Amino acid sequence: MPKLLEVDHLTKIFTLGSMISRLRITAIDDVSFEIRPAEIFALAGESGCGKTTTARIILGFDEPTSGTIVHKGKREPKSRNKKVWFTEGIQAIFQDPFGTFNPLRTVDRYFFETVRRYKLAGNKETELKLISEKLKAVGLSYEEFSGRYPSEFSGGQLQRISIARALLTEPILMIADEPVSMVDASLRMSIVNLFKKLREEFGVSVLYITHDLATAYYISDRIAIMFRGNIVEMGPVEHVLMDPKHPYTRLLRESIPEVNPDLRWREIVTLTDIEHEEYLRKGCKFAGRCPKVMEICKNVVPDNIGIDDVQVKCHLYSSDPRGAS
Amino acid sequence: MNEPVLRTEQLKAFYVLDVHGDQKVVKAVNEVNLEIRINEVYGIAGESGCGKSTLLKALYGAVEPPLRLMGGKVYYLVGDSELDISSLSPEEKRKLRWEHISYVPQGSMSVLNPVIKLRETFSDFIGSHVSGKTRGEAFEIAKGRLSELGLPIKILDAYPHQLSGGMKQRVTIALAALLKPRIIICDEPTTALDVVVQRGVVQLLKDIQKKLENSIILVTHDMGIQANVADRIAIMYAGKIVEEASTETIFSDPQHPYTRYLINSLPRFGDKAPRESAPGNPPLLSKLPDGCPFHPRCPYAMDICKQQMPDTHALSVNHKVACWLVAEREDAKTP
Repeated sequence: MPKLLEVDHLTKIFTLGSMISRLRITAIDDVSFEIRPAEIFALAGESGCGKTTTARIILGFDEPTSGTIVHKGKREPKSRNKKVWFTEGIQAIFQDPFGTFNPLRTVDRYFFETVRRYKLAGNKETELKLISEKLKAVGLSYEEFSGRYPSEFSGGQLQRISIARALLTEPILMIADEPVSMVDASLRMSIVNLFKKLREEFGVSVLYITHDLATAYYISDRIAIMFRGNIVEMGPVEHVLMDPKHPYTRLLRESIPEVNPDLRWREIVTLTDIEHEEYLRKGCKFAGRCPKVMEICKNVVPDNIGIDDVQVKCHLYSSDPRGAS
Repeated sequence: MNEPVLRTEQLKAFYVLDVHGDQKVVKAVNEVNLEIRINEVYGIAGESGCGKSTLLKALYGAVEPPLRLMGGKVYYLVGDSELDISSLSPEEKRKLRWEHISYVPQGSMSVLNPVIKLRETFSDFIGSHVSGKTRGEAFEIAKGRLSELGLPIKILDAYPHQLSGGMKQRVTIALAALLKPRIIICDEPTTALDVVVQRGVVQLLKDIQKKLENSIILVTHDMGIQANVADRIAIMYAGKIVEEASTETIFSDPQHPYTRYLINSLPRFGDKAPRESAPGNPPLLSKLPDGCPFHPRCPYAMDICKQQMPDTHALSVNHKVACWLVAEREDAKTP
C-alpha cells in the first residue's frame, strides 16, 4: 500500500517542574502510523492524550524527542527555511476559526500572502483566478469575501475560508485539528461534508484530529484511538468503533451520548482524580481504570497485537501464557 | 401533569448598546413563554448566540446592564404562592438564591477561589445562607452532602488547581445543590469536558435530581447529552423558542424545519448515510429578519413567513411549535 506520510516511532517527552523536582511526562510514546493517499484518517482521544502534540510535530512546530516523520520518501527537514516543499504538500486547519485570523487584518491578505510565499501565481490576474477557484471549492465567492474582516463572518464561514486558504498550495494532506468543535451545530456537518468532498474531488488526504467519535465514524476510513500518549487501537473505522477490542475504546464508545433517548446510560463510570499519575504508570496506562485488569498489566507495557486488520495494544489479546491467566 | 415551579409570560430581554451614538438593540430573548414543572429536567438546546444563556440570566433574575428586561414576567412557585420576581427587592432575591433556585454558570469551573481550600469555600457559602452555624457544623454539612453525592471527601482539603476539570465541575454542581434548592439552572455543564468525564457529570446531575425531586434546567447545544438527561426539550433559535416537546418526540417526530435539520444532521454510529446541515448562517440578533427568524434558511418559506412571526401552535399538550407550515396544516384539518 503506498504511503503519503509515515510517522515512525515518534516519542515526545516534556519535562515539568524545577531542577529539583523534575517530572518527565511522555506525551507521545512510540507512536507509529501511516496515512495513505486519498484517505481520511482520524486520530481520536480525550484531551491530553497527545493527539494535538502529534499534529504539531508533523507540522514542524515542535521537535520530537525521537522518531521520524517521512513524507514523499524524505525525512522532515529540521530547518524552518527548508520546510517549504514540506508544507506545500501538508497544510493545517485549526480548531478555533476566530483565533486563526488576526482580527485587524482583512481575510484576503492571508490568501495573497500564501500565494506569494509559495510562488503559486505569476501575476495579479492568475492570483485572483486561483483564489476565486479555491473559494468556489468551499462554497464561497470572491465578492462576498474580499476586503472583509474576520468579525464579519460566522465561525462556519471562517472555517471554510481557512480550508480555502489551505487549498491554495494544492496540498495532498490536510491536518485538521478539531476543525468542527467550535462551529455551530447547524453548520457542523457542512464542514465535515466539505472534507469528504475534497477527498473525492481532489484526492486530498485528511488527518482528522478529534474527540468526537460520531463525526469520526461518519467521515473517516481508518481511525487510531490514543490514550495517554499511546495508540491503543487502530484500524478501519467500522471495525474499531462498531466492534471495539481495547477496554478503553469500549469505554470511550459507550460514553458517547447516543442521540436516541431510548439508549440512555445506565452503568456507572469511574473517573481518575489526578491525571498525570496515568502518564507515569509502568505497564499499561489504562490499568488503573480497566475493568479487565490483570496482574501483568500493571508492570509490563503491552505489545501491539494484530487481529485481522485491527491493531490493539492490550494484554487481553496476547498469546503469551502470562497474559492469559 | 405537575404544576409549574417556574413560569414566564412573554419574556423579553434585550441588550441595549450604545455604539458611537447609535443605539444597537440585541434581541437575545424575544417573547419567550415557558413552564418548568416540578420534578423534571427541562433541556434548552440551540446554537451559540441564540440567547440561551441570556434566557437563563433572565430566569435567575440576574439582569444587569447592558441587558434589560423589556417586558414580560417571570414567576417562581415558592411554597404555595407564585412570586413575580421583578417585584422583589435585591435582598429578597438574594434569600431565594441557592435555597430556592441556584445557578451553575458556563465555565463555572473557574468560580472556585484559587487561593483558599475548598473547605473554606464550602463553609463560607453555608455561613452566608444558613444562619447560626459554626464553621465546624458547616463543614459537617458539606461532608455529608459530598458523600451523599459520591464525591471523595478528601477534596475538601485540596485547592481548586489540584482537581481535574471534571472534578471541579462536579464540585460546583455539588455546591449548587448544597441547600437542596427546588430549581437548579445549569449552563453548558458538560462543554469542554472529555466524553468520559461528561458522563460522570451527567450521572451527578441525574442523581441530584432523583434525590431532591426538584427541577433542573439544562442548557447545552449537545443533543446527545439532551437525549440522555432531559425529560422535555425546548429548541431555541434567534431568541425564540421554536419548538418544545418531550425528549422522545423531539428526536422521533420533530416538526419545525430547524429542529429537523438539527436532529437529522447528527451523525449516528452504524449509519454512514450523508447528513446535511441547514443552509445559510444563523442571523445576528441585532439584525433579525422580519417575520420568522428562520425564514432565510428555510426551504419551505412562504410569503407569510417573511412578514409575520407565527404563534405557538399546540399539537398536543406537550408538543408546541411556532411555524406557519404547522399552523396551516393544522388549520386545514379543523375547518
